[in-house]
Amino acid sequence: MAHSYTPGLKVLHETKVRKDRILPLKGEVVVEANALVTPDDIVARTHLPGNVQMLNVGSLLNIDPTDVEAVMQKPIGSKFAKGEMIAETKGLFGFFKSKVMSPLDCTLESISSITGQVVLRDAPIPVEVDAYIRGIVSEVVPEEGVIIETEAVFIQGIFGIGGESRGELVVVTENREDELTSDMIKPEHAGKVLVGGSFISLSAYKKALSMKVAGVVVGGFNYFDLEEILGYTLGVAITGSEDLVTSLVLTEGYGEIRMGSRTFDLLKKHHGKFTSINGATQIRAGVIRPEIVIPLNAEDIKGDVHAVKINEGIQAGSLVRVIRAPYFGRIGTVVSLPPELQKMESETMVRVAEIQIDDQVMVIPRANLEMVETD
Amino acid sequence: MAGKKLKTILATDCGSTTTKAILIELTDEGYRLKTRGEAPTTVEAPFEDVTKGVLNAIMEVEELSGMKILDGDQIIHPMKDDNTGVDVYVSTSSAGGGLQMMVAGVVKAMTGESAERAALGAGSIVMDVLASNDGRLPHQKIERIRQLRPDMILLSGGIDGGTVSHVVELAEILAAANPKPRLGQNYKLPVIYAGNKKAQDNIVATLGEMTDLDLIENIRPVLEVENLGPARDKIHDLFMEHVMAQAPGYKKLMSWTDAPIMPTPGAVGSLIEMVAKKENISVVGVDIGGATTDIFSVFQGQFNRTVSANLGMSYSVCNVLAEATLENVLRWVPIDIDEGTLTNRIGNKMIRPTTVPQSLEELIIEQAIAREALRLSFIQHKSFAVKLKGVQQERTISDAFDQSGSGETLVDMMELDLLVGSGGVLSHAPRREQAMRMMIDAFVPEGITQLAVDSIFMMPQLGVMANIENADMAEDAHKAAVEVFEKDCLIRLGTCIAPLGKPKPGSLILTAEFDLPGEGKKVVELKQGEIIVIPAPYQAINAKLTPAKHMSIGKDKGESHETDIYGGTVGLIFDGRGRPFELSTEKSKRIENLLKWSRSTNEYPDTHLRGGE
Repeated sequence: MAHSYTPGLKVLHETKVRKDRILPLKGEVVVEANALVTPDDIVARTHLPGNVQMLNVGSLLNIDPTDVEAVMQKPIGSKFAKGEMIAETKGLFGFFKSKVMSPLDCTLESISSITGQVVLRDAPIPVEVDAYIRGIVSEVVPEEGVIIETEAVFIQGIFGIGGESRGELVVVTENREDELTSDMIKPEHAGKVLVGGSFISLSAYKKALSMKVAGVVVGGFNYFDLEEILGYTLGVAITGSEDLVTSLVLTEGYGEIRMGSRTFDLLKKHHGKFTSINGATQIRAGVIRPEIVIPLNAEDIKGDVHAVKINEGIQAGSLVRVIRAPYFGRIGTVVSLPPELQKMESETMVRVAEIQIDDQVMVIPRANLEMVETD
Repeated sequence: MAGKKLKTILATDCGSTTTKAILIELTDEGYRLKTRGEAPTTVEAPFEDVTKGVLNAIMEVEELSGMKILDGDQIIHPMKDDNTGVDVYVSTSSAGGGLQMMVAGVVKAMTGESAERAALGAGSIVMDVLASNDGRLPHQKIERIRQLRPDMILLSGGIDGGTVSHVVELAEILAAANPKPRLGQNYKLPVIYAGNKKAQDNIVATLGEMTDLDLIENIRPVLEVENLGPARDKIHDLFMEHVMAQAPGYKKLMSWTDAPIMPTPGAVGSLIEMVAKKENISVVGVDIGGATTDIFSVFQGQFNRTVSANLGMSYSVCNVLAEATLENVLRWVPIDIDEGTLTNRIGNKMIRPTTVPQSLEELIIEQAIAREALRLSFIQHKSFAVKLKGVQQERTISDAFDQSGSGETLVDMMELDLLVGSGGVLSHAPRREQAMRMMIDAFVPEGITQLAVDSIFMMPQLGVMANIENADMAEDAHKAAVEVFEKDCLIRLGTCIAPLGKPKPGSLILTAEFDLPGEGKKVVELKQGEIIVIPAPYQAINAKLTPAKHMSIGKDKGESHETDIYGGTVGLIFDGRGRPFELSTEKSKRIENLLKWSRSTNEYPDTHLRGGE
C-alpha cells in the first residue's frame, strides 16, 4: 500500500511521558530514583558563574599597566565588597593618593599588565530546576538532573509563547468552534489553564494576563497581534523564554481556526484535572512543539497505550489535516496516494493525496498535509 | 592511481534537512551529471549519524544509475576492475546549523570587517562582530560571548608593529567570558589569532591555556592590504578538526572522503570565484533558502560573500515581512487581498515550513516575498562588499571634486556580467520566466546581464570538487566541476537588456538590431514602461543596441553598443522600466503595470490575467 511520510502533531489519550529535567551545567541532584514528585518540587540545583565586570585600573589611576598589580589591595582570588577599595596609589609623600572602589560584591579574577584591566566576577547565580510534571523519578543522571515519567494525556500544539506553566484545566467554551472571549475570563481563573475553541483575541488574552491566568489553549490567534505581546515582530518561530504570566498554546495556527475535535474532546474530558503546559516552540532543526501534559490518576489508566508508529506515515484511511490555503484547517481521510506527480493550479508539480473532506474528494499536495496522530 | 583518468565522481552535500548525492561520469561529451539522489539528513535523533543519510542518498543514486557503488556500509572507491564503485568521493556539509563563528577586531570598520570577510568567505555564519569601538561596555561584550557559544572565534586587530594594548584587551574580554563551544563539552574552544604580530606573545599568555589557540599571519598586515587567505584556510582546517569531528557520524564520513569536507557555502563561493576567474567576468550568485539567503559576488577580481541569517522563504519568512514591511511585499501582488488574512497565512507558512503553494494566489504571494528577501539581502551585500576602509587615497587635482573614497561598494550593476540564482523558490519555480522576473525585479540589473539558475542546486558538490588538492586527481576533478557546471548545473535563462536613465512615459528608449538564428534580421523598439521578451537560444547573437539620447547601455548616453548577447530558456528580455526602477505608488496604475509585465513575460497562466483585468 502506498504511504508517505508526513509530520504530525500528537494527540494521545494515554501515553508514557518522559521529561528530562537537566541543569545547564553540572550541579547537585536533590531527589532520589523512584521518588514521587509534584510539579513545584525542586529536583536539581547548581550555581552559574557570576557575571563579569572589567575595570581599567591603570587608566582610572593614571598609572602604567605594569604597575597595576602593585597597587591592588588584595591578591587574585580575593573577595571584595561593594564600595570596598580595590586599588590605591602611593601618592606623593603619602598625600594625593588615588583610589578605585569595587562597583559590586565580587571576586578578583585577573590583573593585566598589558592593558591595566582587572576582571571582577559577580557572585554565582543560583539555578534550580523543578519537576514540571507530577510523576516518578525514573532515572537520576548524576550531577546533571533527572528524568521524570508519568502516564498522561499528551497533546502537542503547533505554536506557543511563554514557557512552562501549570494549573487546573478549565474548559470555558461550549464548542470547539467558539471563540474564547474576554467575558469568559473571570477572577477565579487565576492560576488555571483555560481552554477555548477556535480563537482568542488580543484583548481577551490581555485580560487573561491581567487576571494571572496560568495558560490559554485555543485553536488560533492573530499573527499580527503577537507584536504587541512580545514587544517585537516575531521573525522566526523560536519562543519559550518570554516572561509571560499566561503561556499561550495554539493547536491549529494563526487566524480563527476551530480546534481539532479530538483535541477539544480530550481536553473537555479532563476538565478540572491538574495540567502542565509549555509554550516553548522551535521551528528549526531539532524542532520543539508546545505541549499540554495531563498526568492521569491511577483509576484513569486503562493501559491501552498504542505504540505510535510515526514512520509508517500516511496511507489510505489515515486522518489528516490540511495545513495550507485554500483548504487550511480542514480535516479529512486519505482516499488514495497516486504515485505520479500532478500539476496544481499554481502549476507546481507535486506528489498529491486524494482526500475526502465531508462529502467531497479533493486533490491536495502531500506536503500540505499533517497527520492527525491519535491513539 | 597516478595518471589514471577519473571516470566517475560521487559527491554529497549534507544539508540541515536533506542530504543530496550526485554522480558524475566521463562521457563522449566530457564530464556530465549522470544522476542524483537524496534522503533526509540523519544528524539528529533518533539516528545521530550523518553517514546513514549519506548512504541512503547514495542508494538512490545506485537505483537510478544501475551502478553498484556501495559494499554494505562502505563506498567502494577507487573503482574496482569489475566497474563497481567510483573513482573519487567528496562531500560538503552544513548540517547541524553549519559553522557558527564570532569575529573580533579592534576597529569595527577595519580589522573587524576584514575578519568578518574572512569568516564569511570560509563559509561560516558570523554571529557577531566584537570591536573595541562597537559601543558596548566590556561586561556587555562578555555577556554576549557567553550567550552565543560560537563554534570558533577569529580574533584580529592592529597592523603589524602597531599598538598592542587594544587587541590584548579584546583577548582579555574573551578570556573573562571563557566561552564554551556549542558542540561537545570536552574540548577547548578553537580561537584563531590573526592580528598584530607584535602582540602574539601576549595573546598566548592571555588565551593559550584556556582555548585551543592558533597563531596565523595578520589579516591586515598594513592598512592597504587585506590578507584573508591564511585565515580562511585555517578556518577550514579547524572546521574539520574540531567542529565536524564533534558532530555525530562525521569522523566516519571524514574517513570516507578523498578530500577535506567543506562547509557548504564555502564550496559554493569557491565555485563562483572560479567561474569569474576563468571567464574574467563579474558574477553575482544567490542561494535563497528556507532560513537564510547567501549572496556571493566577484567584482574587480574581489570575492565577497554575505549571509542574511534571517531572510528566507519558510523558517524566516515572517522576518522578511518584518524587515521589508507588508506594504513592500504587497506592491508586487497584482490582486486585492485582506492584509490580516495575508499576515496570518505568512505566519502559518513559518510554523509549517515544508508546505507548497497549491493555488496560484499562494504562488504569487510567495514570489512577492522572495523578491523582497532577495532585494534586502542584496542591499546588505552591497554595503558589505566594499573597498578597504581606512586606506589613504592618493588624489590628483582632477580627483579633487570626486568624493568617492575608501569604503565604496564594489558592486557595480552596469559591470555585472552574470547573475546566478539558486534555492527552491528560484530553481523550482513552475515557470522559468518567474525565476527570471524575480531576479530582475529584486536585483535590478543594469545594461547587459546574463541570467541563469542552478537546475538542482549542485553548486556545493561542484565547489568541493573544484577544491580537491590531491595532485593525482585535482586536474580531472577541476575539469569535471567546470564542465558539469556549464552543461548540467546552469540553466541559462537569457540576457536582460536594461537601459539606464529616467525616460519620459511612453518614449522610445532603445533600438536593438540583431540576426536571430533561423529567423533573420530583427529590430526591437523598446518604449518606456515595457518589457519585451524575444525567444532566442543560448548562443552568441551579434546585436547593435542604440539607446535614446538620455539613456545609456554601458557606454555614454545615446552611444550605440555592438556586442554579443545570449538567449536561453526564456530568451532576450528588454526591460524598459528605466533605472533606477520604481513601481508606481498609485494602486490602480501599479496593478495595471504588474499585469502588463506578467503578460508580456508569460509569467503566470492566462486564466489569472483574464481574472485580473
